[in-house]
Amino acid sequence: MSRIGVFICHCGENIDRTVDCSRVAQTLGELPGVAHSVDYKYMCSDPGQALIKQAIQEKHLDGVVVGACSPHMHEKTFRKAAAGAGLNPFLCEMANLREHCSWIHEDRERATRKAVDLGRFIVEKIKFNRPLSTIFIPVERRALVIGGGIAGIQAALDIADGGREVILVEKEPSIGGHMSQLSETFPTLDCSQCILTPRMVEVAQNPRIKLLAYSEVESVEGYIGNFQVKIRRKARYVDETKCNGCGECQTNCPNKKIPGEFDQGLGMRTAIYVPFPQAVPNIPVIDRANCALFRGRAKGVKKVVCNKCAEVCGRKAVDFDQQDTFVTENVGAIVVATGYQLYSIGKKQDSEMLRGYGEYGYGAIPDVIDGLQFERLASASGPTGGKILRPSDHKEPRTIVFLQCIGSRDPAKGIEYCSKICCMYVAKHTMLFHHKVHDGKAIVFYMDIRAGGKGYDEFVRRAIEESHALYLRGRVSRMYRNGDTIRVHGVDTLSGEPVVIDADMVVLATAMRAQPGIAALAQKLSVSYDQHGFLNEAHPKLRPVETNTAGVFVAGACQAPRDIPDSVAMASATASKVLGLFSKELLEREPLIARVDRLTCTGCFHCERVCPYGAVERLPLKDGKGRLIKIVAEVNQGVCQGCGTCQATCPSKSAELEGFTDEQIYAAVNAL
Amino acid sequence: MKVGYFPGCSLHATAREFDESLRAVAAVLDIDLEEVQDWACCGASSAHATSHVLSVALPTRTLALAEKQNLDRVLAPCAACYNRLATARYALNHDKKTAAQVQSILGGGFNNSVGVVSIAQLLSEATTEIRQKAKVPLSGWKVACYYGCLLVRPPEVCGFDDAEVPSSLESIVSATGATPVKWDMSLECCGGGFSLSRTASVVRLGRLILQSARNAGAQVIVVACPMCHSNLDFRQKAMLERGGFGDAMPILFLSQLVGLSIGLDPIRLGLHRHFVSTQPLLDRIGAAKSQPEHREQA
Amino acid sequence: MSADSSATQTGRPAVPFASLLSQVRNATGLDPARCYQCGKCSAGCPMAAEMDVKTHEIIRLLQLDLRDRLLAAESIWMCLTCETCTTRCPNGFDPAVVIDALREITLRERPDRVPRNIGAFHSAFLRQIRTHGRVFEFGLVASYKLRSGALLADVGAMPAMLARGKLALVPRRIEGIREVRRIFDECAKREEPR
Repeated sequence: MSRIGVFICHCGENIDRTVDCSRVAQTLGELPGVAHSVDYKYMCSDPGQALIKQAIQEKHLDGVVVGACSPHMHEKTFRKAAAGAGLNPFLCEMANLREHCSWIHEDRERATRKAVDLGRFIVEKIKFNRPLSTIFIPVERRALVIGGGIAGIQAALDIADGGREVILVEKEPSIGGHMSQLSETFPTLDCSQCILTPRMVEVAQNPRIKLLAYSEVESVEGYIGNFQVKIRRKARYVDETKCNGCGECQTNCPNKKIPGEFDQGLGMRTAIYVPFPQAVPNIPVIDRANCALFRGRAKGVKKVVCNKCAEVCGRKAVDFDQQDTFVTENVGAIVVATGYQLYSIGKKQDSEMLRGYGEYGYGAIPDVIDGLQFERLASASGPTGGKILRPSDHKEPRTIVFLQCIGSRDPAKGIEYCSKICCMYVAKHTMLFHHKVHDGKAIVFYMDIRAGGKGYDEFVRRAIEESHALYLRGRVSRMYRNGDTIRVHGVDTLSGEPVVIDADMVVLATAMRAQPGIAALAQKLSVSYDQHGFLNEAHPKLRPVETNTAGVFVAGACQAPRDIPDSVAMASATASKVLGLFSKELLEREPLIARVDRLTCTGCFHCERVCPYGAVERLPLKDGKGRLIKIVAEVNQGVCQGCGTCQATCPSKSAELEGFTDEQIYAAVNAL
Repeated sequence: MKVGYFPGCSLHATAREFDESLRAVAAVLDIDLEEVQDWACCGASSAHATSHVLSVALPTRTLALAEKQNLDRVLAPCAACYNRLATARYALNHDKKTAAQVQSILGGGFNNSVGVVSIAQLLSEATTEIRQKAKVPLSGWKVACYYGCLLVRPPEVCGFDDAEVPSSLESIVSATGATPVKWDMSLECCGGGFSLSRTASVVRLGRLILQSARNAGAQVIVVACPMCHSNLDFRQKAMLERGGFGDAMPILFLSQLVGLSIGLDPIRLGLHRHFVSTQPLLDRIGAAKSQPEHREQA
Repeated sequence: MSADSSATQTGRPAVPFASLLSQVRNATGLDPARCYQCGKCSAGCPMAAEMDVKTHEIIRLLQLDLRDRLLAAESIWMCLTCETCTTRCPNGFDPAVVIDALREITLRERPDRVPRNIGAFHSAFLRQIRTHGRVFEFGLVASYKLRSGALLADVGAMPAMLARGKLALVPRRIEGIREVRRIFDECAKREEPR
């Protein structure tokens, strides 16, 4: 016969005001199997918990039911108390008499009767509870960081500083991300590459960081603490072990007229190239689409069309026959830091949800550029040596019109969110323009100014008051080429005046979007994403760097538009989560997961089909001589999330969810 | 190809030449224009400016008549009529409240199955034929294609071509052998129905359009709307009087340009009815006519 | 903010029914709350240079429910329904349809505020349709001139029009004219409740 203890909490007045707690305790005390039943003002307090401990020891209780608030609040508290008195914590349960009863009803008589029912429900259930113990999973204490921009770099450095090994995977030939393309950063106007490249070099030199540049994640298996990640190392056609970064190959490549991605199409590069001089690793890559030799091969030409780079390479590092290779790494945690791309105003979009800006020419008007292109113009290492020059004729513009909210906050174009950084970088652009062209005129069309960071608003005021940027509040209806200039039809809503400007250059602050290919990566990681491709955090307020997939963390602009300091902070936060995860050799998990009875399992694997987490494995059972008896389902204790779908599906009732078995549930339901 | 025909009020009088030239061109291109019987005015601006229900009910009556005549689509050459008919069709599909009101006023039974096309849409389906039949070389003609504000906007209602960077008129003009110019006022409003009640606005807006066409090197502006034509043609004298941009620019209906390229007689195309003389243009082809040459396929 | 601060000031009886904002919302199915006052409509409006109250300001006055100021604005009669604002509004709002609704409401409630020329033109135009089913320019122009008092304007163009065959002197009535008149009457009945 059970010896269950029932403890009804008044919760101050919260429960007692509506529910007659002492009557509930009395009534439940009369149930068969209940050896002890009391009520008390605050069960969660120290004296309250002492009551439980005392009763367990004195009355030799084998189960405890606390009728109080929601288990979300205090289940841990009471289980700890029970454990402290020597009772298995999973033999302690709560009946929610507050959120499910006193807080939602007014009639005292009926609420009290309901509270009795709720208590009886749990009492009958607990008679079938089994003692359970915590599950321990071994943890592979190495981390994978996907993305080598500022967020990925920061996460990798922080985890490495914490004493753990990191594999950093970056799809471009060099790490650095978009931050390496910027000229100066707000609000300090630090030179972007000057503050970034030391970090990049640190990554390369850190003995605990394994840098896999020009590589992509191919597949991900496993679960928290135990991921197996297959990584494709794309062929550079240059042997990394031999190349010393001298640059001769690039100097001698005959094809010098390829619009460079790093310069956003404003500058040229060669077919064998390093994206920028400070690249890490400083090893070139061959662009097959534009390399004469590879194009020849693609056409079936037998002779070698060109191999200038191989000829001049002193280390014989060029290898035209190099293939992609694959490596598999075992890691315990993954940080996703893939960053962003910019929205384009063109007619053709890569998503059905998006539209381009026909009213701004769909991107075909010369000298209408976006923010990243302006950064390249302003960069000392850029295609114009830091001079602001029009791409069309290389003349210096005297009037530049900046438009904020291009794509952003524009539901008609498919993006309703704000991209957060544009107000700040446009102010920065006006200041850079002013510094370089003293008599230049910068005009900004804006709807609002979002400058909430530290020193941010002051920065925008400087742009207006010191650099004399003219801020006009209104959107631009249309722009078109008018001879040598671009005619811009806007409005200043503050004065009510339509405004027409003939600009030498127009800079569009285009929306921040998730990287292309993010959906495929997210699916490999089982991480969810929103309709814009931004990865979903586990909880928007309280769990901003975790995802719903245990062991996968997220940092930077891949989760939502954000600036550099916030990305760095987020990256450090993920590192702390990872290091926390790695602080123990073994991971602790609650045992409320599924279990398959091997004796009765018939091996139909319906459970495997319905499990949303892929937690069911196949286990061959063999006899003493090694002959196969049957293959049964086995639940992976690290992956199972305890949803119970297998239990509901199993035809032979072999799959059971600990803590919520059929027996327990039926007992509870039958009690009503 | 058969298509329903809704000439609209102006094509019978002030824009007779649009009707004449369109019928002539249709005949050559094997387009059978079946007039919607007993059609009434679409209501134009005056209906939608004063009564929303009336502005949908009047064009719906026309569409219902077309449906009874088993026409699957109706051509409305006037861009304003086209826009009113298309808007009515769109409202019946998307605005439940108005649809219910209009259906009850008209006595129900209308399935909204009739499509509405503009002259840009119809003729852009015939560019191959136009190219084949074009025998008068218009090469060297620099043409500004003026869409006006209602031919392709708003995009959900018209569902044809691009509402900001359209190209249907340019493709038709290219098929005739003429050269469409790149200019920036092709969608800007001419002043629409303000010809009588706010003439000064029409003159102001028209000047901007003429100026832009001239700057782009155009010798003629092609239009697809009687109101646009009237504003730019009938009112051009007032625009020129303000000075600043040289000689008059002839304004042609699209069907007239196509008609000229396929060798139809200018009188038949109503080219004598314009206020701004089209003779300078005709002289150019007159000269070319005496030396017939084979047109290269585009 | 409800409609009638003006009623107490002018001494006219307070308008007893729904606020202008809810009237327009009801009539058009559009919610002016969607407008975030970016001004793109005004920036592209061909008549902006002539308007006292610009397009986005019209919507703003509507958001603030300032009935008297709004129905007195000449701007609402200047809208050409060129569909530029409709096509470009980032929020998919339709200022042109809202302005049409304001015109309809002004005609009913404050006919004194309708500019003479424009009011005369619309009356003349609609009269033509009601009488003949179609609009005959000659009759339209004559009727307009009488209503607007602009007797002499464009008179010189008449012979030129006639010479070009652009003036039909004899109007023809369509067969289904009774149906057209019935449509007019039925529509009048269904106009938005006062």
